[in-house]
Amino acid sequence: MNDATIFGLCAAALVGLGVYGLIVNPQPLRKILAFNIVGGGVFLLLGAIARRGAGAGFGGDPVPQALLITGIVVAFSATALAVALLLRLHDETGSVTLSSDVPPPPAPAADVDAA
Amino acid sequence: MTTTSGGLLLVLAVLVPFVGVMAGLVLGGRNPQRIALLTLVAGLGLALAIADAYLRSGSALVYLLGGWAPPLGVALRADSLSVIMLVAVAVVICGIGVYACADFGTPAGQREARAPFSFWLLLLAVWGSLNLVFVSGDLFTLYVALELLTFAGVPLVCLDGRGETLRAALRYLLFALLGSVFYLLGAVLLFGTCGTLDIPLLAARIRPEPVVWTAAALMTTGLLAKTALFPLHLWLPPAHAGAPAAASAVLSALVVKGSWFLVVRLWFDVMPGIVTFASAQLLGGLGAAAILGFSVVALRQERLKLLIAYSTLAQIGYLFLMFPLAFDVAAGQLDGGGALAGGMLQAISHATAKAAMFMAAGSIYAALGHDRIEGLAGIARALPISVLTFAVSGVALMGVLPSGAYLAKKLLLGAAAGSGQWWWEWALQAGGVLTSSYVVLVLARALARSEQTIQLKKSVSRVAQSAALALAVCSLLLACAALGPLPRSLISNPLAPSEIASVLLTVGGGGVLAFTLGTQPSRIPWAGAVGGAFVSADRMLRRWPVAGIALLVVATLFGWTLATA
Repeated sequence: MNDATIFGLCAAALVGLGVYGLIVNPQPLRKILAFNIVGGGVFLLLGAIARRGAGAGFGGDPVPQALLITGIVVAFSATALAVALLLRLHDETGSVTLSSDVPPPPAPAADVDAA
Repeated sequence: MTTTSGGLLLVLAVLVPFVGVMAGLVLGGRNPQRIALLTLVAGLGLALAIADAYLRSGSALVYLLGGWAPPLGVALRADSLSVIMLVAVAVVICGIGVYACADFGTPAGQREARAPFSFWLLLLAVWGSLNLVFVSGDLFTLYVALELLTFAGVPLVCLDGRGETLRAALRYLLFALLGSVFYLLGAVLLFGTCGTLDIPLLAARIRPEPVVWTAAALMTTGLLAKTALFPLHLWLPPAHAGAPAAASAVLSALVVKGSWFLVVRLWFDVMPGIVTFASAQLLGGLGAAAILGFSVVALRQERLKLLIAYSTLAQIGYLFLMFPLAFDVAAGQLDGGGALAGGMLQAISHATAKAAMFMAAGSIYAALGHDRIEGLAGIARALPISVLTFAVSGVALMGVLPSGAYLAKKLLLGAAAGSGQWWWEWALQAGGVLTSSYVVLVLARALARSEQTIQLKKSVSRVAQSAALALAVCSLLLACAALGPLPRSLISNPLAPSEIASVLLTVGGGGVLAFTLGTQPSRIPWAGAVGGAFVSADRMLRRWPVAGIALLVVATLFGWTLATA
């Protein structure tokens, strides 16, 4: 078993763990963390592919490495946006549940129509 | 491959809206609106210039970023699909921009207001991202474009900052992220197998093998989650119904089309030979389920904006019916032609009509202070333009003469008859009847006579109402496509008995459905039970764990159907 295979298997395990967390955990913060774990798995896979495709004398194929860095930036911005929304939701409602089935806390009269 | 003449226009189409965003962000105050309106004009001009350059050259416009050719570099490419979408989106954005001037002007005496400031910048950001989706030539740039689109779309949901809309926005963002990570995983697997993500190179190198099936299944499922196709729709109704009217119009008419367009790119351009009969049937089947299920749920809604949101879900289903119809059984691959043209036309008709419909609903909401369908009686007298807009856009969605959707339906019906897939003809016809049912339901209420005259809480800008009406009329005028690019034979004599019968059948059938399923409490007990069952099923599917498992099931089904040729 070579390096690329080991890293690929680790990547698969991370993706699996993350997807499980995203689906099962009801708390939004845990979902955000789970998304980052899936992202980590995907980036690890991309790294393994870069390593496998390395030309003679190179540490890795530069194209997937460039993709990887861009992907990390995108995932970081997504996390930042999600956390900002979560904080704002907590400020507004005092809870961080995603479920709309739970009756919302007493709303001002103007909101009753819309809810 | 080299940069073609007019290639620079593609760069500008992406860059100009984003430069507008940056400038608005820095200058602040009232400037975002001014900059946005200027950019709308410039962007519309650019879209038309691209269309002109494309028609002149007759082949795809290409721009190589930095002069580097793929596979090392990145190419922007505009083929016919991109050009059509660029122009359509520019027109719709301009309509929404004119409408939004009334709602999102900074109040006099204030230097800067939060909602207008965000709205105009986000509108430009959505536009820039959509343009990037349309002109990107490789799957990774498409991923970045899709993420930009989500980041611009999510804050539009919670512009008013209420807790309920913030929750809807967070649900939307988290589910969209799940979808995009699936897409990225698929793209990475494809890169590992084929060594490139450039669409033409990839199409030449791709072979049917397990990795490719897995990648295709993951990417398709991820995109479907972002498009909110049944059963992956948990985020859409609260997000689209809770946003301000102009923002709902952007989200419903345009943002969902971004990921839908990517599915089209993926299936038709990247892997037409990988797609199997069963997988195309599966995709169409999900679409048909969406049409049937969500139209019934729409009939059961008490609020107008939620009804329109469910109508969007049903119409998204309609957009996926073209995939099985485009499948050429003899050649064993997807083949553009009539079905693809019909699907694109359907998408554009829906974009214009749905934007108009949401804007009309927004005017009604603003004037009445509520949007309960029960309380709409008499509104036709108070707000004739908005009710007319709703009616016209409803007709445009139903696919009866004369409208773009009518041509689209003809093209799709022709493709269904040509490939012998009669069951999709049934789905298409039923879709028209179901669409007309909720339009008839709303119009019946709006046109009803009311005992007391309606007190309007707020006068609604006439310019805004006219902008909505103009977009709705655009959707009807798409029927003119039969005079230009599409064969004229599609429109036969509009007064022929068969045409009139089909219109009567669609509207009449819709009326019957609206009467039996739509009224609460139901006049007919079994109809009430059926409607209630659909609503409960929808509520069940919108639970997060159920939707998550549905995502995995859909991915597995796609993998399986792709593998069994």
